[in-house]
Formats: sequence, C-alpha cells, structure tokens
Amino acid sequence: MYEFKYHRPATVRQAANLLIKNEDAKLIAGGHTLVPVMKQRLAAPPHIIDLSHVEGLDGIEIKGRSLVIGATATHATVANSPVVGEALPALAELAALIGDPAVRHKGTIGGSLANNDPTADYPAAVLALGATIVTNKRKLKPEEFFQGLFTTALEADEIITKVLFPVAKKAAYVKFRNQASRYALVGVFVAKRPSDVRVTVTGAGSEGVFRVTAFEEALKKRFSPKALEGLTVPADGLNSDLHGSAEYRAHLIGVLARRAVEAANNRA
Amino acid sequence: MAKISMIVNGNQVSGNVDPRTLLVQFLRENLRLTGTHVGCDTSQCGACVVHLDGKAVKSCTTLAVMADGHAVTTIEGLAADGAPLHPMQEAFREHHGLQCGFCTPGMIMTAVDLVHRKGHDLSDHLIREELEGNLCRCTGYQNIVQSIAAGAKAMANSDLA
Repeated sequence: MYEFKYHRPATVRQAANLLIKNEDAKLIAGGHTLVPVMKQRLAAPPHIIDLSHVEGLDGIEIKGRSLVIGATATHATVANSPVVGEALPALAELAALIGDPAVRHKGTIGGSLANNDPTADYPAAVLALGATIVTNKRKLKPEEFFQGLFTTALEADEIITKVLFPVAKKAAYVKFRNQASRYALVGVFVAKRPSDVRVTVTGAGSEGVFRVTAFEEALKKRFSPKALEGLTVPADGLNSDLHGSAEYRAHLIGVLARRAVEAANNRA
Repeated sequence: MAKISMIVNGNQVSGNVDPRTLLVQFLRENLRLTGTHVGCDTSQCGACVVHLDGKAVKSCTTLAVMADGHAVTTIEGLAADGAPLHPMQEAFREHHGLQCGFCTPGMIMTAVDLVHRKGHDLSDHLIREELEGNLCRCTGYQNIVQSIAAGAKAMANSDLA
C-alpha cells in the first residue's frame, strides 16, 4: 500500500471540507473495498478521510412510508435490524448474503453504493426499490446515481449520508454466489411496488446493475414465476469470465428471477 | 506517523505508526502478538480474525489507525498465560479441530464470535454457513465443526466468555 495522510473528521461538513482541500482524497468507512484495492496498489489516494467517527451516520428508522438507513450502517447491522426485518425483509436477507460474518461487521451500505462494484448486492436493491440516495448536497434517484462500472454521480466533495427505501408490497433477492469471493455471479432483486414491478440484475451487466423490462411487464400482469416462463435475457453485453460465460449468466438471470418471485410470494 | 492507543487483550497499548499500517501488522510486529496470522491477505481466508469491540473482523483489512481508541481481543487474550485454555481452544484440542494449525486462531476467534451472536446450541449446518469466511486447507472441516459445536456448549458453563 502506498503512503497516505490520514484524517479523522467529526462531522459530515468537516469531511466535505477535507475532500475539497485535498485533491484525490478518498473516504473510508468500513474499508472493506478500499483497503483491499489499496493493498493491491490499484488505488493510491494521497489522503484518507475516516468517516467512522462521524456521529449519527449509521441509524436505521422508519420515516413515513420509507425505511431510512444511514450510510455507515454495516451489513451486519442491516441484516440483524428488527426494523429492516419488519419493513423490508428482502433487504435484511440481501445484507446477510454479503461477504462473510467478519466482512459484514465492517462493510457499510454507503461504501458499497459509492463504489458501485458491478458485482455488489446493494445496487440491485436500490434500483429495484427506487430508493433515494441522500448526500450532503442533494437527493439522487438510482437512475442518475449509477453511471456504469465503478462510476456514480457523486461529485468530488459529495458524501452519501443515508438511503431512503420506499417499502415495497413484496420483494425478494436471490443471489448465485461466486464460491470463493462470495460476490454475486448473478443476483436478481424483484420488487412489487404500488404502481409497478421492477426486476434488477447485478453481477451480470458489464456496465453494472440494470433492469429487465421484459420481465417487469410480464410480472406486472401476473406476479408469478409462471409469468416468466419462456422469457429470456439476451447474452449480449453480459459479463463473461472464468467464473461463467455471458450465456450462463443470461440463463441464471431467468432462473433467479423466477426464484425471487416465488420467494416474494411465499413471504406474504 | 500517527499516534494510536487501544486496549489489546485488556492491556492499554500505544504506538506511533505509519497510517498505512494494518491492524494485523500492528498486532504482530509492534506488539509481537503473532498468534494472529496473515493467510491470504485478501479478506477471504480468515486466519487474521480478531475481535474489535467484541465483533469478529479481518485484521488484514482494517487499518490500525481505525482501531485507535477501541478494544481488540486476539487469540492470546482468550485465556491467561498458564491458566486453563478457553473452552473453545480446549474443544479444538479435544476434537482434533486442527492439523497444521495455521487457520486455527482465526477459526477460534470466529467461533467465539459466533457463540456470542447465536448462542450455545449450534447446528452443524449453521456452523458451516458461519465459517464461510474461514478457510482450512487440511482438515476438511469435519473436526472443526465438531469442535465448535462442543466449544459452544462448553462456553455456557465457563467464566471465560
């Protein structure tokens, strides 16, 4: 790992000022993506700004019809939160599938979203549920926030503070994990919302998370695994690597989407 | 350099470290607590698991400066020198839960964290799922799972948490 200067702000405002003052600074919360890439020397930020001492960034609460999760809430906190389990059990289950127990004790929802790894789990939930990503400057819809591989709309001095998830009628996430890394080879999130159905896919798209509108339209007519029978996703543009070909991933999307619909129906 | 201080195995310790020092380096190289191992160095194998404020974390993926002001427990802190082993350590000995022993400190720290979270009556299935972040290249896991199940029960009747 290359040298860096370490900063420990106490407030979001201080953190934002440090971001403005120090070019190419990076925020750290749990560090479970940033530290590994720094060790590999794929990232060499000259300044690290530690958010773990900023108070009030990790809360979880229900506000109106939304579940509000603070940016530094860890995966373990989300997975075990009775509030999340009651309001959006699919999200608690998703968090419980990230990494392993020790990783979940450190990794955070804000870190996962800001990194926008194409195989991360949270982006699928955020896009499917139509969540709002709140920063120190503005509110972003997932369509604006996710901008392709490891790319987001976040500006240099912008910090995610919380995520607002509208509570869906029915939702489920099914993940086919890479056995070694435990990242999603393919993950499908299905959400039946008051006005529509959304089906999102992570792990498979070469540009990150995406929606499968053909599946969504079929499920809007009838929210049942049967509605997806015979429907497929083209392999064009999907990831192909030593873990699975694009065709294999395309096949998995159909299988996992049917399982997710079944899981969502069984919960209700 | 950054001045850090933390409680390690109940003792107040401090050090002056380069901010890029990993927690596992601080433990092994500054404090000479070499029971915590570096296996894969990529957050996957779990040989480096320690408890940070009572929760299992991978010390190869944690900066030492981020543990400043916190409490760390390593394998050395489970039982005092010369005192009887911690029940989870004793269970690994009794059930032959190790061969080469390299993964064992991380296995035991993960197992103790598991008991803290899920209680003393653990099914084999649950133990296997919870061990997803700890790799063993020797045992085939069978005896590790048996050790953890027995250690979890034994911890119910022990003063050592």
